[in-house]
Amino acid sequence: MTLASTIQQLCFLVLAAVVVVGALGVVLLPNIVYSAFLLGGVFLGVAGLYLLLNASFVAAAQILVYVGAVNVLILFAIMLVNKKETLAVIPGLLLRRLLSGGVCAGLFVLLLRVAFTTHWALPGPLPVGEEATIRIGEHLFSDYLLPFELASVLLLMAMIGAIVLARRDVYSSDVITGEPVDQGLIEKTRTPLLLDPSANAGGQPLLETTP
Amino acid sequence: MSADPRAATDAVTIVLGGTIPLQAYLAVAALLFCTGVWGLINSRNAVRVLMSIELMLNAVNINLMAFSDYLDGQLIRGQVFAIFVITVAAAEAAVGLAILLSLYRNRETVDMERFNLLRW
Repeated sequence: MTLASTIQQLCFLVLAAVVVVGALGVVLLPNIVYSAFLLGGVFLGVAGLYLLLNASFVAAAQILVYVGAVNVLILFAIMLVNKKETLAVIPGLLLRRLLSGGVCAGLFVLLLRVAFTTHWALPGPLPVGEEATIRIGEHLFSDYLLPFELASVLLLMAMIGAIVLARRDVYSSDVITGEPVDQGLIEKTRTPLLLDPSANAGGQPLLETTP
Repeated sequence: MSADPRAATDAVTIVLGGTIPLQAYLAVAALLFCTGVWGLINSRNAVRVLMSIELMLNAVNINLMAFSDYLDGQLIRGQVFAIFVITVAAAEAAVGLAILLSLYRNRETVDMERFNLLRW
């Protein structure tokens, strides 16, 4: 056993522990802000595992996209919807948790059994290592060109869809100064149709109507 | 370490990149996936449901990358697949959080148990 392989094993163990413990924290912690930050740790750990697997480009993409974009998006969503609310008690919650835990443990055992009883075609061809980024570029512009272009269309659709869905109704006048704001492109406010009538018993309108 | 250099290179060839077996990566990915499934079923907060989905997608990505490195080292198709999965995950997160925001504006809650308009 060489020093390099020992260090590699150590790195793998640390990263795997970070990923597994972080994932359990994401699911189990009561405070969702802690969950979101732990999710960033899980993403970083997964990026480290990618580095161990000779995939530097995908590790960088993982950090940029997941930690830089998805995690920040989740944090912003938490900030926007973070209202203290008392959750209604559901009957049989503990039984449900135990049952689903049993199902998930069974799934885990099944996946482990598949992983350890299948005869993988090892050893495979030597990994390309440093040339992985070049090889990915060749793939993306030759045999995976159509999925690549479709991915760009998908991202455009998702961007427009997210903007349309999340666009909010605004006040017609500035909250602080009171002067009217020109919001020509903004849709008219709508009354929340899906609210329980009892929930809005105060009767005060949530938003002003745009002229 | 054995003195025979050929045996040493064979050992390096067999256990690509050190002595971590492929099954170790698969086990970590399986644990991550099952944690994600449990969180998906049991979360009351809709944001946490989206986080659980991200965990599951990451578990699948670990599997793809492990197979790509150990079994498909020359044509690294698994890495290309992982890039597409990351793309779709980013789009899914954006649209999912936008839907969540719009839902929160209409119902003023993020409790999954109260999103039952289409139930029966």
